[in-house]
Amino acid sequence: MSAGAQENFPTGGAGVATPRVAHGPLGGILGRGRREAEGPRFGGVKNIFFLLLLAGISILAIYPFIWLVSASLKPQADVFDNRLIPSDWQWNYTGDPSPVPGDERLLALPDTPVLTWIGNSVWIGLLGALLVALSSAIVAFAFAYFRFPGRNALFALILATMMLPGAVTMIPVYLIWNEISKLTGETGSLAFMPDIGVNTQYPLWVPNLFGSAFYIFLMRQFFLGIPRDLFEAARIDGDGYFSMFRRIALPLAKPALIVVFIFELQAKWFDLMTPLIYLRDTALFTLPLGLKTILDQQGAGGGGEGRWEIIMAGTVITVLPMVILFGIFQRYFIEGIATQGRKG
Amino acid sequence: MASIASSSEAAGPPQGARRRLSALREKETWTAYLFILPWVLGFVALTAGPMVASLYFSFTDYGVQQIAGFEKTSRVGLENYRTLLEDPKIALSLKNTFVYTLMTVPAKMMVALGLAMILARIAYGAGFFRTVFYLPDITPPVAIGILILVLFNGSVGVVNRALGLIGIPGPFWTTDPNWIKPSLAIMSVWTVGGTMVIYLAALKAVPQHLYEAAAMDGAGPWRRFFNVTLPMISPALFFTFIVLTIAGLQTFTEVYTAYFGAGSTGAEAPDAALMNVVYLFRQAFEFFNMGFASAMAWILFAIIMVITAIQFVVSRRFVFYQGGDKR
Repeated sequence: MSAGAQENFPTGGAGVATPRVAHGPLGGILGRGRREAEGPRFGGVKNIFFLLLLAGISILAIYPFIWLVSASLKPQADVFDNRLIPSDWQWNYTGDPSPVPGDERLLALPDTPVLTWIGNSVWIGLLGALLVALSSAIVAFAFAYFRFPGRNALFALILATMMLPGAVTMIPVYLIWNEISKLTGETGSLAFMPDIGVNTQYPLWVPNLFGSAFYIFLMRQFFLGIPRDLFEAARIDGDGYFSMFRRIALPLAKPALIVVFIFELQAKWFDLMTPLIYLRDTALFTLPLGLKTILDQQGAGGGGEGRWEIIMAGTVITVLPMVILFGIFQRYFIEGIATQGRKG
Repeated sequence: MASIASSSEAAGPPQGARRRLSALREKETWTAYLFILPWVLGFVALTAGPMVASLYFSFTDYGVQQIAGFEKTSRVGLENYRTLLEDPKIALSLKNTFVYTLMTVPAKMMVALGLAMILARIAYGAGFFRTVFYLPDITPPVAIGILILVLFNGSVGVVNRALGLIGIPGPFWTTDPNWIKPSLAIMSVWTVGGTMVIYLAALKAVPQHLYEAAAMDGAGPWRRFFNVTLPMISPALFFTFIVLTIAGLQTFTEVYTAYFGAGSTGAEAPDAALMNVVYLFRQAFEFFNMGFASAMAWILFAIIMVITAIQFVVSRRFVFYQGGDKR
């Protein structure tokens, strides 16, 4: 027990006060700005060789993005000419070039409210990320700070749930939401409540109220790195436990909260399956489901005439916000990943 | 045990302190339970309950008639599992999934390790290249599915144009059953940045004196790689091995976007792209065979568990935790 206690309740050392090397959970963030002496470097010719190699691989990494943006700025006939600089430019995003149906630009497509989809994805992403960061932080703090009967067993259970494939719970969770929609529907016994079941956006973010195993793990590791004295000081000042959590723990955990927030924002922005299961009305769609709908409607196979320039414009709109987010919060992306990897 | 209480609480006459301590402990316990309540509720409502329900449904004929309330749910015993064994599409989807996972996991690990080792030692530009290599990883999977269709298009795609430049006639990646999974796998290797970042962090944490000692003992670059680098970063390798395998076995979005749904590639979706979770999803939410799909989900769960267990047992011999540095 004492060894475990030592490990679980560091009283200094590996904390904010004495940053360590970028190793271990969020060590990089904890020890911001400080690095151990780096290892040996390539010299001379070797260095030039590897720089050229990396430059070559960089082209492979970047090329699809450039191809995509350029294809989205071409007329339909030129999309597959594979030029990086369009020979004929065409703005495929907004506007209505001609009154001919079937020639609309992305934002003017009939029954395809792209702007609404962007809005849906943004608010569901922000709300879900905020909720899961806060709920995971509360749970994680309890596991890091308190001792209570069953703590280790419960924590092991949390870790175990990370291994559970989503497919196992997917169907019953859908059935639960289906029952809820019957209850809150017009003829249900809870009809006075707002409709919150299937074909609403609630199933997309309500689960975030309950924390998430991976984020709880990540935040717990972070809290363990904060010297216990900092919390105790607040307790001596007469704070209750919750106010200690809110006033001391949350502000200190800001880097970890940002990492969780960004990871979840990305997860929501990526998610196709959940909207596919729960959403029927076009106006409720998120951007990934919307993009899939555009592909199905405009792609060659779905009876469309292969308007790939529109599909490419839609893809750019889906990809671009993530690139911008990455540009702003790159450090949190990289250091968050470097600590433990991410949600499977 | 006394160390739970802060030093100020522990001071004072032993008798009173003990009483105050136990009161404090009780309060702490209840507060702790209150703090973890969100997770407990979620666990019961969204994980444990559904797991039990899912297991139950897998022994029933729960389907569209039952959801609508037209028919009663009846228990069918092992029938779903028997059908599973006989359904050729199950075997096919499992085979596809295994092949895809076997293609992607080693390829991603090797590419990521190679890149990370170069980045760890390059004299300048490491930060820039790390950013560039990570960029593909922030591409939404739906976009990746679309990119597969356009970049790997057999007649006009840029991949085949590039292959043509060096005199190789490219295959019809997106329609030839033999090439659908390789093109999916290549696109998956494109998103190698996250794995690379994990390896890079692990490589930077290897103490330099180990390399110096090995070099002094006359170990060449290969010996140093196999006897110092690999053992020291083996926890990171193991971690990504597990995570990538589980992710590979549950591949859905890219494949579904490119080849399934309301007819993105015509009426007949290619069998070669039918992944296990895709088939499960179609059974559950397109054909509404919930009982059958639940049985599929449990088979998938069992397979993932068995594979992960094997990975754990096998890697116990290879993973080296420095100073009991557990994950």
